[in-house]
This record gives sequence, structure tokens and C-alpha cells, in this order.
Amino acid sequence: MLIVEQVLNGLQLGVMLFLLAAGLTLVLGIMNLINLAHGSLYMIGAFVAASVAGWTGSFVLGLLAALPAAALVGMAIEVVALRRLYARDHLDQVLATFGLILFFNELVSIVWGPRALFLDTPRWLSGAVEILPGLPYPAYRLAVLAVGLAVAVFLAWLVRRTRLGMLIRAGATNREMVAALGVNIRLLYTLVFGLGAMLAGLAGVMAGPIYAVEVGMGEHILILTFVVIVIGGIGSIRGALAGALLVGLVDTLGRAFLPTLFGAAMGPAAASGVGASLASMAIYIVMAAVLALRPRGLFPVHG
Amino acid sequence: MARRAILATAAVVGLILPLAATASGQEYLIGVATRILILALAGLSLNLILGYGGMVSFGHAAFFGVGAYAVAILAYHDTMGEPVLTWPIELAGTQSAFVAWPAAMLISALFALVVGAISLRTGGLYFIMITLAFAQMLFFFFVGLETYGGDDGLSLWARSSAGPLDLGDPATFYYLTLGLVALVLGFKARLVAARFGLALQGIRDNEQRMRALGFATLRYKLAAFVLAGAVAGLAGALMANHSEFVSPALLSWQRSGEMLVIVILGGMGTVYGPVAGAIVFFTLEELLSQWTTHWMIVLGPLLVLVVLYAKRGLWGLVEDASRARPLPGKEERRGEPAS
Repeated sequence: MLIVEQVLNGLQLGVMLFLLAAGLTLVLGIMNLINLAHGSLYMIGAFVAASVAGWTGSFVLGLLAALPAAALVGMAIEVVALRRLYARDHLDQVLATFGLILFFNELVSIVWGPRALFLDTPRWLSGAVEILPGLPYPAYRLAVLAVGLAVAVFLAWLVRRTRLGMLIRAGATNREMVAALGVNIRLLYTLVFGLGAMLAGLAGVMAGPIYAVEVGMGEHILILTFVVIVIGGIGSIRGALAGALLVGLVDTLGRAFLPTLFGAAMGPAAASGVGASLASMAIYIVMAAVLALRPRGLFPVHG
Repeated sequence: MARRAILATAAVVGLILPLAATASGQEYLIGVATRILILALAGLSLNLILGYGGMVSFGHAAFFGVGAYAVAILAYHDTMGEPVLTWPIELAGTQSAFVAWPAAMLISALFALVVGAISLRTGGLYFIMITLAFAQMLFFFFVGLETYGGDDGLSLWARSSAGPLDLGDPATFYYLTLGLVALVLGFKARLVAARFGLALQGIRDNEQRMRALGFATLRYKLAAFVLAGAVAGLAGALMANHSEFVSPALLSWQRSGEMLVIVILGGMGTVYGPVAGAIVFFTLEELLSQWTTHWMIVLGPLLVLVVLYAKRGLWGLVEDASRARPLPGKEERRGEPAS
């Protein structure tokens, strides 16, 4: 019973990570830009949703406000700063976007104050669903799972079946050629960036009722997201999904069961520390192992 | 000439600072200056691999933190009177700087060896991420280490003992740190002009060509990585002594980012750059935080501007001014992805 619940929790963390990783991996794969400020967009989504939901009492209005807000902020930083970084090396990108993180964390703490906000679960999702006889599971978390999977399907359709997706793929392969064929590649990049930002915002909104909405919330999950991308293979949406689910499951199951497992083996006192440490380290160990065996991730995209 | 003038001024200011601070009754400045020097030392070590080796390590704080923890754990066991290890050999704790600091360097170097051996197989973006991941791994390792305070960190009873030197005295500790920074600076200046340093820079600029010339490039990179880890461990050992406290925050990824900022701000691939970077970064922090608690909101965009428009960093500007023409070849490298 417990294991089913924990697997679901792991999948739910996985789809949240996927929402972040999808945007990040698109930007990385297509524009070759490493954007540490992606976590800031997640944070902004959560804060805007929490405020609007607080004023109006409606989660849906909060969501509807947060998505364009995150997309707009994303497109704004793309136009103002990141556009100049596409041709630079990764070090410049890491540093400049590190600067953006500092800026956004401070901005959010000026606007909203240092205290954490709370975003309530919408009432129509606040109950529990009995997924197996005798095993209730929060409806909200199931909804998160459903939304995440729907986004995955939507993205696969967008990239593979639409004209925009074709342009995105072509732009990733050869930017100059696509531009020479008359496509406004700068606008295309801005739009892709906006899409990624909106997905990050969506993840932030959905995280709101589960985790605290606070300054710096984007950074821990950002690092997890990078782990996801690196495991999955940079630029691959399929890889992002596989990596996200893997990381979500390993992290959640590790935290739930490793301390107990070690407790059985070594005696409780020493073991809970070791088990908890190992559980926190588990995903990084998985990542190191994946990279040691397949240095370009599970689903390598380019050559 | 500007370069010599600045170096001479810096040396004089560095030497008389404790005297001036004591004379003017602002002893806290000695502590601030010591902290700057320690982070400059960490920056110097990162610059070796980043500036000269082209390896963008986003996890350098890990080696810094490991060095700090090594000193703290050895001291903890000494005060408790328990051995650090009972198996396979019995190993007692120690407070002696002559034992603990080299031990810190050794342990950091060993970690760097392991991390480097795995990470250097990858390149570019994957290298950035895997170094970050290793640092996070160690971060969570220390968070989970309940014996040594876990999340709350571990306090030291006193600074290390170093024979006749009383490290508890701020001025003595400052001069020791200054001496170590000078030593590392001198060593690094020699190193980057030596065959090893030149090979390393060749690998940075064109690894394939160096391999074709018969250099075992991976071995060179790994040696530089381990050396940088050891010096970062020394900086960590100093930091543990300086604040008489260690916590997982020493290994946090923000700390790694800060080290990158120090190196870039000062000018990567320059001998003195990281020292200049550390001085400017923390002076800026000190000044801005007196003006507003939200000083990060200024620092963040400033960082973006430096990256966009002053890539050679402060010391790069100084060198350009004294050399009259920029180094050839620098412009070409800019567009290429790091590897």
C-alpha cells in the first residue's frame, strides 16, 4: 500500500520536474543556452498565482494570471539579456543567469516580503480519491499527474506535428539556414523561450499547494531539473520525460525507504543518518553513474 | 606601468593593513581582510582550472568545504579525546595546523581526483552539470552527517595550534593567510609559465591539437584539477579556522557560483585576477549592504553587465592598459563553446 502511494508521489514529482525540464531542454537544445534563471520563472509563477488566488479566492484565476506573467517575464529577459548570450560560451551564460537569479530572488523578496506565502488547494480538488480499495490518494496530486502527462503529449504533438515544431527543429539544426529561408528566427527563439517560461510558471503554480511558496524555492528544483536534463540527454523532450520520472521516483522512494532499509541492516541510530544522507545523494549518484556509462545522457540528440 | 603600480600599492596596503586597522581602532577590518584573502585563495585555485585549463567547474565549493570539514572534524575528535578512525588504523584527532592543514589538502585532493576522473570524461555543459552534481552530493552528505552537527554545522573550540604562532590573534592569522596567498600566487605564476602550465593552456585553446602533438591531455587536466582541489582544501582549512565554525553552507552551490564570479570579475586566466576579484566583490558587498539590505538587486544586474561587456575582468583591463594591445587569439576563442 505504502509503496503504491510513494510511487505515485514519485511520479507526481517527476511530472513537475518534467514541466521545468521540458522548457529548459528546449532552450538548451535549440538555442544552446544554459539558463539558471529558469527556476526564477518557476518562483514567479508560484508567487503570482498565490497573490491572485489570495485576492480573488480562485485558484483558476491565479493559474490564468501566473501563466502569462511567467511567459512575459521570460520573454522580457530573453530580449533584454539572454539574446546577447546565445553566441557566448556556457561559462558566460552560467554567470549572467546566476546574476539574474540574484536579481529575481531579491526582487521577489522586495515585492512580496521575506515570508512564505500559501496557495490553497482548489476546493474541487481538495478531497481524496480511493485509487485502490482502502488507499485514498489526494485528488490534487492526481490532477498534477494528469496535467503533466497532458503537457507531455501536447509538446510531443507540437514539436513533431506542427509547422511551429518543424521550425523549432530546423532552427536547432541550422539557425542560419532557417533564417536565410525567411523565417524570423529571433522571434521564434523568443516564442520558444516564452513557452518554456510558461511551463516553468505552470510547474510553480502546481507546486504552490504542495510546497511552500518562498524566495529561493526555484533553486533546489532547478538543480534537480538539470540532473533530469543531463540524465535524459540535452535537447531531448523524450529524455526529459524519462529523466524526470526516473529522478522523481529515485528521490521519493529513496527518501521513503532507504532509512528503513538501512535501519534493518545496521541498527536504527547510525542508520537513519546514513540512510537519509544516501537518500539525498541518490539522484546525484544515479546521474554520475549514467554519465560515466553514457556521457551524453540516455537519449542523445546531436551526433 | 599601471600593473606594477597597482601590485606595489596592493602589497604595501596588504602589509600595513593590520597596523592601520589597530591604530584607527577598527580591528574588525582585519577579520574582513582575512576573509577576503581566504576567498581569493579559493579563487586562485579555481582560476587554475577555469582560466588556464578551460574547465568550467560549478562545484568548486565542494573541495573548499571538504578542507574546512577535515580541520573541524580532526579538531572535534581531539577535544572529545576519541579517535577519528579505529579501523583499519587507529587515527587520533589533532588541533595542530602542521598536521590538520596538509591533511585537509590531501583529502580535498583525493576528492578532486575521484570527481575529476569521472567528470573530465565529459565536456562542455555536461562537465558543468556533473561538477555541480558532485558538489550537491557532498552538500547533502554533510547535511546528513548528524555526528558532526548535520545541517547546523560544527563549532571549533579554538583555531589550530601552530607552534610558536598564536593563530587566535587576528593579526597573526591575517599575516599567515597573506603569506599563503603570496606563496600560492608565486607558485602559480611559475606554474603557468612552465611546461605544465603552457600545455594546460594549449589544451584549453585546442585540445585536439594538443592530443595530436602527443600530450596525454586528460592527465594534464586531471593533474590541474587535483592541484586546484588541494589549494581549495587549504582555503577551506583557513576558513574553518577563521570563522571557527563549519556548516554545509560552505559547500552550497551559491558558494560555487560566488567563486566563479570572483574569478570572472577579476579576470580569468590572469595570475592576480582572482585576488582583485575577491577584493572588489567583497568590498562591493560590504558597501552595498550598508546602503541597502537588498544589495543583491544591484549585484545581479552588475554581474550580467560584466559578463556581457567586460569579459576580461578587472585585471584584464589593467593588463590591457599596461600592455597597450590585447593578447592575440583571445577574440577567436570567445565564440566557441567551452569544452
